[in-house]
Amino acid sequence: MVKKRHNNEKLLQGNEAIVQGALRAGCRFFAGYPITPATEISEVMSQRLPAVDGTFIQMEDEIASMGAIIGASLAGAKSMTATSGPGFSLMQENIGYACIAEVPCVVVNVMRGGPSTGLPTSPAQADVMQARWGTHGDHPMIALCPSTIRECYELTIKAFNFSEKYRNPVILLLDEVVAHMREKIILNDDEIDIFNRVKPTVPPEWYIPYEDTPVGIPPMSNFGEGYRYHVTGLTHDVRGFPTSRPDEIDPFIRRLFRKISQNFADLQVGEFFMTDDADVSVIAYGCVARSARRAVIDARERGIKAGLLKLNTIWPFMRIQVEKILQKSRCVIVPEMNMGQISREVKRVNKVGAKVFTINKVDSTIITPTEIFNRIREVC
Amino acid sequence: MLMAEVTKLIHKYLRHDKKFPHVWCPGCGIGIMLGALIRAIDQSGFTKDEIVLIAGIGCTGRLPVYVDFNTLHTTHGRALTFATGVKLANPKLKVIVVMGDGDAVAIGGNHFIHAARRNIDLTAIILNNSVYGMTGGQFSPTTPYGMRTTTTMFSNVEQAFKISELAVTAGAVFVARGTVYHARMLDGLFEKAFMKTGFSVVEVVSHCHTQYGRLNHMGTAVEMMQWQKDHAVTVEKAVGMTDGDLADKIKIGVLVDRELPVFQDEYDKVRARAKGIKVP
Repeated sequence: MVKKRHNNEKLLQGNEAIVQGALRAGCRFFAGYPITPATEISEVMSQRLPAVDGTFIQMEDEIASMGAIIGASLAGAKSMTATSGPGFSLMQENIGYACIAEVPCVVVNVMRGGPSTGLPTSPAQADVMQARWGTHGDHPMIALCPSTIRECYELTIKAFNFSEKYRNPVILLLDEVVAHMREKIILNDDEIDIFNRVKPTVPPEWYIPYEDTPVGIPPMSNFGEGYRYHVTGLTHDVRGFPTSRPDEIDPFIRRLFRKISQNFADLQVGEFFMTDDADVSVIAYGCVARSARRAVIDARERGIKAGLLKLNTIWPFMRIQVEKILQKSRCVIVPEMNMGQISREVKRVNKVGAKVFTINKVDSTIITPTEIFNRIREVC
Repeated sequence: MLMAEVTKLIHKYLRHDKKFPHVWCPGCGIGIMLGALIRAIDQSGFTKDEIVLIAGIGCTGRLPVYVDFNTLHTTHGRALTFATGVKLANPKLKVIVVMGDGDAVAIGGNHFIHAARRNIDLTAIILNNSVYGMTGGQFSPTTPYGMRTTTTMFSNVEQAFKISELAVTAGAVFVARGTVYHARMLDGLFEKAFMKTGFSVVEVVSHCHTQYGRLNHMGTAVEMMQWQKDHAVTVEKAVGMTDGDLADKIKIGVLVDRELPVFQDEYDKVRARAKGIKVP
């Protein structure tokens, strides 16, 4: 029997799927600097964007790339950059700028081994905390992490939607395995919702660019649309002007947090897999979630009631879902390719006294299904 | 100019809802530069909605907040990178970037030479007062050899960058230098820079009597402006002078005005090629 080939069926690499997702979401500006293992995103963007009247620019470094995408977003373009560890470190100051000035943009960080130059061609998951706290100061953050090519595509669209909706930079955390792996995906675009930034409807003279509303997200005008206002990285009042008044600073910082915290439910993306009756559950993300799924299936075949919670949203931390798992399962295993960045979060929210075990692999190789399966057997 | 004319521009371009007073010291040259900037914008005919005024960090970086344009106060040294994004995302906007010497050629030096090399359609205005004023008077890349600052109390042992010459070498299509003493000349230089398509640079030599002048016994703001007057030589006059004569002089006027391919025009060709259209 010949299988009918779907029209939109494609064999894509993770990095290529990111580009597909970005273009589908309406990304029309990309600034980047070559770095392994994220370079394919720049390469494909440089070929695809000009054909849709978008702009690709290769900047002089990652600091410049981050500055350029913030500028482009302020002028109305959905914008993105892509990098890996060293470049992500360089971008941090301007990521903080996007947080305080509330400029939507998407930053892809394909995680490689670190610190410093580290292991350019090897995977790691060690930038989880950097994605959360890499820039200085108190700020909320949104970070998403795909584990399949399909998720690369879908989460990139979600990343743009979240950034436009919440006026916050969104970090897409990939690992080198997912970025360079190829899988078949079907681009069934019809069911995808695209969110565009809410623009002011009031006349320009009534526009208060950083107004505190119950929603917490002020409408955003693009430069050149008649709403002339001031954008600054200084702590500002509701009009956007620098302030050092405690009674203006406090509500501003609290609003930044509130706009994310009161929308936790909307921001949680993940999957429960066989967790309903699980005695032992694995909490995993990125390429490790793939191994974990296999390990759970293997354990079930041997009569062990195992389950998996896959985290696609890394930040804000999926506390409600994790708490659910901690309540249900006697023990929880958190395998990750770092010394315990998410497991520490799991332990932080473990108020029910579940046993939390870790698998920490930092030798530049992926955690295998066997390693997770063996740990499941050990702890049971 | 009649006083009524001057105040008319103030009412037209200064923000009415901004909390004045401004941050600059009495006698500072930045205000003079802002005056020239406003007059030049008014003369050039751009509307307030079309102008995006972008700055970095420092005394000069505080300039955009006071004026009624689309204004963007970026991170230190990165103004040109934000400007690149703004301009490419909406080429109809007139993007003007204002930086100090530390902002433009120390922390932002790399962005400066690359923006010039790309020949992106922006105007960069650099106020050069030879010092980091806002942080209290530390030496900058344009502090002359042998001068005192709060981090070179035993004299500066580094050589100074020549901003305009750097811009010429890096590929800017229009480069001019003026001083805040020659305020009316600045109006003209700014206007020419705004009308030029491509990367244009105007270096504005100014003074910081509060920090730099005080440490080097250069007197009041007025005396420092007198120094600018005494040491400035127009480009036309400099033609007949020897290098020795020009050693302690500031060459003012248009240093370079040339045509080179502009990034946006070239990128339009890239777009056409990407769509399969043949471009010579």
